[in-house]
Amino acid sequence: MSRFQPITSFDQQSSGDSAQYDLLPLRFTALDDSRYVATNIAGEYLLMARDALHRFATGKLQARDPQYVELRSRHFLSDAHSKMGPDLLAIKVRSRHARLADWTGLHIFVLTLRCEHACPYCQVSRQSEDKAAFDMSREHANKAVALAFRSPNKSIKIEFQGGESFLNFDLMKHVVLSAEAVNARLTEPKNLAFVAATNLAVVTAEMLNFCAQHDITISTSLDGPVDLHNKNRPRPGGNSYQLAVQGIEKARLRLGRDKVSALMTTTQGSLSRVREIIDEYLALDFQGIFLRPLSPYGFAVKTKFYRAYNVKQWLQFYDEGLDYIIDLNKRGVPFREYYASTILAKILTSHDPGYVDLMSPAGIGIGAVVYNYDGSVYASDEARMLAEMGDTTFKLGTVEDSFEALFTNETLLQALDESFAYSSPMCHDCAFEPWCGSDPVFHWGQQQDMIGRKPESEFCVRNMHIFKGLIRRMEDDPFVRRLFTRWATSC
Amino acid sequence: MLKLRGKASVKNASNDQSKLLKITRNKHLPVALRPKHALLLSAHDFESHKASSPNGEDISSDFASILFLGSQKSFPETVPILPNSRDVFLLPEDFNYLAEGDILRLNPATGNIAAVFRKETPNNSILLTERCNHLCLMCSQPPKNIDDSWLLDEAFDLVRLMPTDTPNIGFTGGEPTTYGYRFIELIETTKRNLPRTSVDVLTNGRAFKDEQYAASLGRIKHPDLQLGIPLYSDDPVRHDFIVQSKGAFDETVHGILNLKRHGIRVEIRVVVHQQTLPRLVQTCEFIARNLLFVDHVALMGLEITGFTRANLDILWADPHDYRDTLSEAIEILRTYGMHCSVYNHQLCVVNADVRDVCRKSISDWKNEYLPECDKCTKRPECGGFFSTQILHRHSDYIKALTS
Repeated sequence: MSRFQPITSFDQQSSGDSAQYDLLPLRFTALDDSRYVATNIAGEYLLMARDALHRFATGKLQARDPQYVELRSRHFLSDAHSKMGPDLLAIKVRSRHARLADWTGLHIFVLTLRCEHACPYCQVSRQSEDKAAFDMSREHANKAVALAFRSPNKSIKIEFQGGESFLNFDLMKHVVLSAEAVNARLTEPKNLAFVAATNLAVVTAEMLNFCAQHDITISTSLDGPVDLHNKNRPRPGGNSYQLAVQGIEKARLRLGRDKVSALMTTTQGSLSRVREIIDEYLALDFQGIFLRPLSPYGFAVKTKFYRAYNVKQWLQFYDEGLDYIIDLNKRGVPFREYYASTILAKILTSHDPGYVDLMSPAGIGIGAVVYNYDGSVYASDEARMLAEMGDTTFKLGTVEDSFEALFTNETLLQALDESFAYSSPMCHDCAFEPWCGSDPVFHWGQQQDMIGRKPESEFCVRNMHIFKGLIRRMEDDPFVRRLFTRWATSC
Repeated sequence: MLKLRGKASVKNASNDQSKLLKITRNKHLPVALRPKHALLLSAHDFESHKASSPNGEDISSDFASILFLGSQKSFPETVPILPNSRDVFLLPEDFNYLAEGDILRLNPATGNIAAVFRKETPNNSILLTERCNHLCLMCSQPPKNIDDSWLLDEAFDLVRLMPTDTPNIGFTGGEPTTYGYRFIELIETTKRNLPRTSVDVLTNGRAFKDEQYAASLGRIKHPDLQLGIPLYSDDPVRHDFIVQSKGAFDETVHGILNLKRHGIRVEIRVVVHQQTLPRLVQTCEFIARNLLFVDHVALMGLEITGFTRANLDILWADPHDYRDTLSEAIEILRTYGMHCSVYNHQLCVVNADVRDVCRKSISDWKNEYLPECDKCTKRPECGGFFSTQILHRHSDYIKALTS
């Protein structure tokens, strides 16, 4: 054994005194009365007791402290043993922001604002009449396609929105065929994908055939059990639920099981029924659900649906739903909550899933862009919703403008710059900033301030609560930790 | 266990230095090729020749050497009738496995022989040096501070001799990068001579902290090269202790980053034992969070040889006892989408959830099974044991699996 030295002789820190270390960039936020969540600059977290955190931050931690090794290995501190922390952190931060260099990938085409549904919570302010006034024209569509292909992103996703997008099916076909033709002419064709947002009520076999031939996936709305769904989503005949469910089945048969997704929207009537809503998704063979609050746009504001419940009530609904989903998994039923998955990917990996509302720099314009039915171009889906309410702040221009003019729009650049959470008041000090986003459209809509006063921001309250809840759940239960890691890595 | 090195008695010994020769059984090999070959003869070959050529025509002229495989007792009678042959090696029975196309290192003066390449095995590993800047607690090839650079010279010759359809070779040490840029040259020579052969190198990776060095390896653009690099803990103190070298952790991590920057495939290797187990799970988390871009991670069982035997009391852990930790570690790697494997573990001592990543990782010449294994239905898929595990230490829980 004499050739071998004991482990103590490799430790350059003396055992009795405070260790010699430098702090790497870190932030901390209280989780509860005794524990703090500390995050490093790449968004990795560590839970610390208040006094340990205090000793650590004031340079008084000892090398034999059980958390010392964790803090070093997760790059919260650097000492004589390892100088690689900053390099590794840099790689992770670069990975997190890799999407920025890709530029705009999601191109939303509002084919029409007409819809045969009359949902009182409609956030896009649908129109029921006048084909000419609320349908996108072919000329505008052609110019929008040309703009979409100007994006340097190697992957272009074209999303058809409405109104009810299939009410302007002729134009959908035209956009798909011309986008495919443009792509085929490129020396380096892009990964081109299509998705159609639809309530499925007016979708015919012919339309599904076209979707199948051109690999168009379907994103539909399903609010829960039949009575809730039909109450939320009235249409002539009162059969929105029946048509949606039939449509889901038909679309799956024609396109494939994984080609159809559904979104729910929470109304006051949903609040006490989260389990039933989840069961509905389970019964319809969905792999997960996106528990989504109403957003403060369009009819949702006008009809007071948005104010019918507050953020606290919604969070209770969300928590109950999330716990129910965890319980399902414990009973051997794989099922996930997609909003949690998106956040967990940010917490547990260096891959950013690119969800527009949770990006910083914000995803407006540079993550997604909207070509509206009237040829105007908006920085996000919410931006055009705001425009229907009379506020065109986030209008970048029109499809007649050049790509350069649209994407160097002064309001866009200013919004991106000012709302960058890393330098926003309060966000800058928040441990959860690496996982969060800056939603300048939301904050402008609510507070006429692109940055937003965070203590008054529902966006902030909601996300802070969810971040803490996710951490608490996975710290308390190894099963949840493993489950969440699986969600995070397959997001 | 196959004996790859040994000693033979030599008749008609020349004054030649140690030499590499390819084995042939073809007595009719054109004379032009004979100086590079050793003719392998069995007692039977010899008897049949004697019958067909009663005049005693020497069948072995011009071969660089004759290898005589037979029972010891057949030697005295037969050998004297090869009067014109030089360097006639009388091989002990241990070498019965030798076959056409194998390459031997022969030293007529000492009688030392070593099988340095076996054509029919997937596990040809070439030792480049016994020097190393680590002194790992569980080193299976304890380092020696000697000038053994002749091994590298020989490796250059060896890659020229090997058949071009050789599927895989390994370069090991010691620490191959001890040779600096000559090691890079060796990889380049290997690529030129064996362009379709996959090459595995075992290195501690520290030399690649010099980005120029990593870049020079990258510039070779070897089509199928992988560096196996040990990272024993996410805690630098623990890693440095296990390899007995201060500053090793940082240099190895730096080396891995530089290698990946220059497009070289890297496998991280973690040997599982008492000193790595306390942070095995955290180590895998560290790899998944920081080194997600490496190409493969292997969690490996101990080979009970070299320093491992000396340090067995601070190393040995029964795989049965740490099976849940192993499962947890593999689950993390797998969940993060990393390619991962378990090496050197028997299927009956790991949990069912990691059996599909257990590989048959032990080189054929030192791979064995226990009598208990004969009853096991999973034996064909199981990698079995190192001969040294059978000899010195293996799990107390080996039990035939019945499906």
